Amino acid sequence: MNFKLMGRINSYVLAIEAVLMVPSMLISVGYGEIRAAGALLISILITIAVSGILFLVSKGAKNSLRAREGLVCVGVCWIAMSLLGALPFCISGEIPRYVDAVFETVSGFTTTGASILVDVEDMSKGLLFWRSFTHWIGGMGILVFMLAVVPMGGKNEGFTLHLMRAESPGPSVGKIVPKMRETASILYLIYCGLTFLCVLFLLAGDMPLFDALCTAFGTAGTGGFGVKRDSMAGYSEYLQSVVTVFMALFGVNFTCYYLLLRKDWKSVLKDEELRTYVIAILASAFAITLNIRDQFTSMREAWHHAVFTVSSIITTTGFATKDFNQWPTFSKAVILTLMFIGACAGSTGGGIKVSRILLLIKGLRRNIHQILHPQKVQTIRINGKSVSETVMANTNAYLSAYVLIVIMSFLVLSLNGGFSIESNFSAVMCTFNNIGPGLDQVGPASNFFAYNDLSKIVLIFDMLLGRLEIFPILVLFSRSTWTKLK
Amino acid sequence: MKILIAGDGKLGSTIARQLSSEGYDITLIDRNPAVLEATMEHYDVITIEGNAATMPVLRQAGVDEADLLIAVMGEDELNLLSCMTAHAMNPSIHTIARIRDPEYAEQAYSMREDFALSLVVNPEKHAAHEIERLLKYPGFLKYDSFARGRIDIVELKISEDSKLKDVSLQNLSNIVNTQVLVVAVMRDGKVIAGPDGSLVLEEGDDIYVAASRENLTSLLHNIGIIKKKTKHVLIVGGGKLSYYLSQMLVKDGLGVEIIERNPQRCLELADAIPGATVVQGDASSTEFLEGEGLSDTDAFVTLTGLDELNIILSLYGYKKKVSQIITKVSRVDYGAVISDLPIGSVISPKELCCSNIVRYVRAMRNQKGAALTVHSIAEGQAEAVEFIVDENTRHVGEELRNIPTKKNTLIGGITRGSHSEIPNGLSSFEVGDSVVVICSGDTVLYSLNDIFDD
Repeated sequence: MNFKLMGRINSYVLAIEAVLMVPSMLISVGYGEIRAAGALLISILITIAVSGILFLVSKGAKNSLRAREGLVCVGVCWIAMSLLGALPFCISGEIPRYVDAVFETVSGFTTTGASILVDVEDMSKGLLFWRSFTHWIGGMGILVFMLAVVPMGGKNEGFTLHLMRAESPGPSVGKIVPKMRETASILYLIYCGLTFLCVLFLLAGDMPLFDALCTAFGTAGTGGFGVKRDSMAGYSEYLQSVVTVFMALFGVNFTCYYLLLRKDWKSVLKDEELRTYVIAILASAFAITLNIRDQFTSMREAWHHAVFTVSSIITTTGFATKDFNQWPTFSKAVILTLMFIGACAGSTGGGIKVSRILLLIKGLRRNIHQILHPQKVQTIRINGKSVSETVMANTNAYLSAYVLIVIMSFLVLSLNGGFSIESNFSAVMCTFNNIGPGLDQVGPASNFFAYNDLSKIVLIFDMLLGRLEIFPILVLFSRSTWTKLK
Repeated sequence: MKILIAGDGKLGSTIARQLSSEGYDITLIDRNPAVLEATMEHYDVITIEGNAATMPVLRQAGVDEADLLIAVMGEDELNLLSCMTAHAMNPSIHTIARIRDPEYAEQAYSMREDFALSLVVNPEKHAAHEIERLLKYPGFLKYDSFARGRIDIVELKISEDSKLKDVSLQNLSNIVNTQVLVVAVMRDGKVIAGPDGSLVLEEGDDIYVAASRENLTSLLHNIGIIKKKTKHVLIVGGGKLSYYLSQMLVKDGLGVEIIERNPQRCLELADAIPGATVVQGDASSTEFLEGEGLSDTDAFVTLTGLDELNIILSLYGYKKKVSQIITKVSRVDYGAVISDLPIGSVISPKELCCSNIVRYVRAMRNQKGAALTVHSIAEGQAEAVEFIVDENTRHVGEELRNIPTKKNTLIGGITRGSHSEIPNGLSSFEVGDSVVVICSGDTVLYSLNDIFDD
């Protein structure tokens, strides 16, 4: 284990986090919220201090990191930044209990959007901003940001690939240009550009600047923290439509945008994952529209809310315009299915990812074929290219781990009395898939406050597991990670 | 600059490492995803799986925007095809192909235009030239020339009975009685580039000395290395490198004996090089080697395909007191281990070829002020780079002792017209001069100005 380099990377990440807290502090000052501003200032100082200590301790780190070290490093970074990111809430006293504050912060960084706040409108503006900003930071990933801004030792920085792989979602993460730094910069430029566009469109619909920024952060990170008690329901139909479109856009693989910028329309149009994603959105929105049309005055209105909800759930954002808890069972079942699927690989969204679902379905089809023709040799192809058996094996392992974790968390949550099975199950689903609101007692109209500490800790880990795609967090608990020989 | 490298073998990954650390955009193409994965984890490059001689793969690799294609796949034919295909898709691309087979070597060179090649590299032939030069100047471990052969940098080992042992560098010229400059010292696996005068040479040091060609001979005499002319060379292994080498040596009039195990290959060699004695047999048997006159030969060159065998054979040659030994080692990773072994000069065709290609790339990057030649010395820990002084160069005409230079850099030679000098503090350079600079391996010099510390 190259602990020194891991310490160095952690130090950079925390330094970046401290810098990213500054805008929230300025906003607090701007709104005259002395308490919140003070809390943010103290948190910044603590974060810088921790970062500084790590920096000093990690002097003379060698520039090499193996795959498992990359995983461990990313896992530790995310836990560390969540623990420190929770400080402002706790110090200001707006979320008095540290567990709750960590829950809220992890929910932010992992772009889940599940909240323990009973009333968001009570919160100070500065902290609300920080809460939404954590979505934006977590969406593309703080290590990817670090790779874009911090030169990692010049020569032979191939090891940074392990960091990017561990942090970015998807079954096969690769670079888009030869240099890691450039790849990370391109991703962030696209991310910033799209976020800026989103803000512009929201401002055009007369949304106040503060709301527009927070909503755009929530949309871009596919997080779902709102600044209003009723999430997006209070905004005009135009604003809701803007959010619908942008949620769907942020659920697309960012490589597609890079290809578009390079005018490679053909590859984008032919992309199997993108096609499946679009079809899934349209088909489920259509099915839900038919199912809920009695609750609305017109078909158009039903479609408007159905497509918003579908876009919000499949991209794992979690904004709501209507309490879908009140919808018929079929619609709720469709929504629960979409929670599984999630967004595209390489986007800011969570879930299993459309590309993995495609791989799983194709793999299943192959297995069935092989039962019928045992001698048949068949490769699995995505976008006309065969997928290696390692990727297939990893995808299957991912699904197994996914199912196991869901079941275990569900069991632990059931210890907490007073919640229906539907609530518990959807609570696990929507934290693990980084969505936010679930069904029944954790639906869009309620929150996670009533769970006990054990359940909250389990849900915190579920969110981290979901965002980092299980393995970076799981390896932290493996004994072989910490022993010298495997 | 965007560079495609076709073939992620030993040479391909070595080039990728060197060029990616110099900041180029490298795309590696290979058919084996496992080796690509390993390379991508070590170096900052992007990889593409597929056959680099096909249009879809080249297109995917971005041949339209690439500036250079380096084809170093296993097969010569593939390398040629890949370069031709790339050139057809992007006429402005530069192409470098590795052609190793003697059967193609000549035609690839004369048909460079038809094959759309900017440069043909032949590691074995290059290495053969290198060995030929070493055989001409026994006593040196390694030998690099600059300024069209007017300045040489040679590697010497300080042995127990060397006259240079315990001599400080500032007193060196008194002993050797000629104008030479120690440009780098390698001690315990670490290199000191541009050492200062107070450094005292110790036993076991490898020193790199810059000297003009005339002074080289007197250096040899004055430090007591008897220059016995090599007349007979015993070569083990009958591969491509042996073929090229024996061809050259026979032409130079030396007696050459090649030991090769494969009877079929022996026939081919005997047919291709009538002047050489080809012996079929297993060189790993000591009796056989003795029988073939190991103790009597002037030089013993081990060129089999197995590094381990080459090293063992050379060690045996050392025991038998052969006066000059040259060992081929393909894997350069173990350089630190073998540098302590008495196996004479170590030749790595891949490393030579890599520096050849890097030189071309550097020249491409910056047509003006670019390095003319780059030689890596001291196991790649230092480099000797040749530049031409142009109008943009600073400090023209100033005395060297007044020019602030960066740490670990040193000017080792200045050539003006046909006159070369090994500089001292009073020397200076003028526009048009060729200047050889020594720097430690982690400094990258793009132009002569990069060595100045202001």
